[in-house]
Amino acid sequence: MALTLDDVKRIAQLARIEVDEDEAHAVLAQLTKVFALIEQMQAVDTRGVEPMSHALHFEGEGAGQPLRGDEVTERDQHALFLSIAPQVENDLYLVPKVIE
Amino acid sequence: MHHATIKQLAAELAARNFSSVELTRHFLKRISTLNEKYRCFIGHDEASSARSLEQAQAADVKLAAGSGQPLTGIPVAHKDIFCAQGWLTTCGSKMLSNFVAPYDAHVVERFNAAGAVILGKTNMDEFAMGSSCETSWYGAVRNPWDLTTVPGGSSGGSAAAVAARLAPAATGTDTGGSIRQPAAFSGICGLKPTYGIVSRYGMIAFASSLDQGGPMARTAEDVAFLLNVMAGFDPRDSTSLERKREDYTRDLGRPLKGLKVGLPKEFFAAGAGPEVIKAIEAAIAEFKGLGCEPVDVALPNMKLAVPVYYVLAPAEASSNLARYDGVRYGYRAQEYGDLTDMYKKTRGQGFGAEVKRRILVGTYVLSHGYYDAYYIQAQKLRRLIAQDFAAAFGQCDLILGPTSPTTAFKLGAKTHDPVQMYLEDIYTTPANLAGLPGMSIPCGFDPHGLPVGLQIVGNYFAEARMLNAAHQYQQVTDWHMRMPPGIQ
Repeated sequence: MALTLDDVKRIAQLARIEVDEDEAHAVLAQLTKVFALIEQMQAVDTRGVEPMSHALHFEGEGAGQPLRGDEVTERDQHALFLSIAPQVENDLYLVPKVIE
Repeated sequence: MHHATIKQLAAELAARNFSSVELTRHFLKRISTLNEKYRCFIGHDEASSARSLEQAQAADVKLAAGSGQPLTGIPVAHKDIFCAQGWLTTCGSKMLSNFVAPYDAHVVERFNAAGAVILGKTNMDEFAMGSSCETSWYGAVRNPWDLTTVPGGSSGGSAAAVAARLAPAATGTDTGGSIRQPAAFSGICGLKPTYGIVSRYGMIAFASSLDQGGPMARTAEDVAFLLNVMAGFDPRDSTSLERKREDYTRDLGRPLKGLKVGLPKEFFAAGAGPEVIKAIEAAIAEFKGLGCEPVDVALPNMKLAVPVYYVLAPAEASSNLARYDGVRYGYRAQEYGDLTDMYKKTRGQGFGAEVKRRILVGTYVLSHGYYDAYYIQAQKLRRLIAQDFAAAFGQCDLILGPTSPTTAFKLGAKTHDPVQMYLEDIYTTPANLAGLPGMSIPCGFDPHGLPVGLQIVGNYFAEARMLNAAHQYQQVTDWHMRMPPGIQ
């Protein structure tokens, strides 16, 4: 698989990261090396192996993920959290207009 | 005071030979004088020093009342990935360069409750993505053993601070080796616990299925004291394990006779430098002298740990770092057009090159058409790697090997080629993928006087046994007592 400049621009758009033309070329060169490393994975036949998404797979004490009761545990701290936002008005986060 | 271990400092504080305020002031003064040289701390100023001293005063009150705990009054530096209320918490990034945490991480809460003093926040690779501390927006940390080399990463500020005697102990986090590798490069001890032992609440997320906080200090005994405070169930982290409390110091004095130490042949083959192997073999001989029985084991899929890690960690990172959008906190671009443009400019300007690289890799491997070939294949190999460890631990109690294939490399030596940097993680990523505990302790020096780290990997929940082995080794060796040049 050969990564192209268009691929880089497409994934940068998906990831919402602005990348200019020079940067895109540099990123392409580096990602090509990274994917050459990653390609080594294809050498192993993994048919029948169950994918492992996390390390909490052992059994016995403490196994699995706990569930908590469906109760309110957070207190209202919106004033504190809004105080560190880049732009707020009337207790709302401000962003550029989305709907005309 | 700065040469003492935590254990010694705690005894002095309890005997009222000096106060926590005096002790804290001493370290703050060292930081003010020496941080320019090592660049271990971010945001160290008069206001942060005043916060530290306020905690020290409170600790002195507790100590005077006789209600101190083992860490009461001890200054501890926190990696700048841990949120601490009222403290600048940057994660080494421009993106969070204005972020004052509105709450405490579970780990910070626990240290505060134990009466420890927050000495400062330590420099790190941006969002913990790096193996050299060179990706920090705040500039590269210097290795105290040789200022022209890196201290390792990503918890390099913590490692260098402990090595340079700017802090008696520090916290770190380890996603693919970020506690163990800097501990090795900087000649100190660091432990990554079993996944789920230390809460990730308030620890800025990089790759959630791999991230784990842990302690860094100069002796294995100190690491055990710190882990006693850091570990514990937290309902706010869905992967926190609810288990009976453990005393991690309980086995420190246990003799090692009959302990089976596994030596994976892959740890001694995959490109480790001869100077590293020489020090590791000498350490294994010491363990034999202590009564340990070496056992040959195999981890045949270990060679794929780096490619697997560099699919899974970026995939999780691309999702976790989607939260940095310039809306709720942190950096926002000065000029932008519509909402999408604001996101793109904020993220384009706020993230450094390595972070962007990993987000792009992660976005790609999760995208339509590539998900099975990369992400699912990596998850399948992750299971094979975990199964290799399970088989090995059928034959041995602990696994020994190098922490890193090399000693500290020169600043700038690997920044041009990300793959060269990634290959530094060959011996450390397997434990993260399997969720196993791993630690690094000093075990010698290369011909240039740079420290070599011995890695000890245990089975799930074997931290006490690992600390036991490390402590017994440190009773018959003095590598952990050596000091970087130029430290008075």
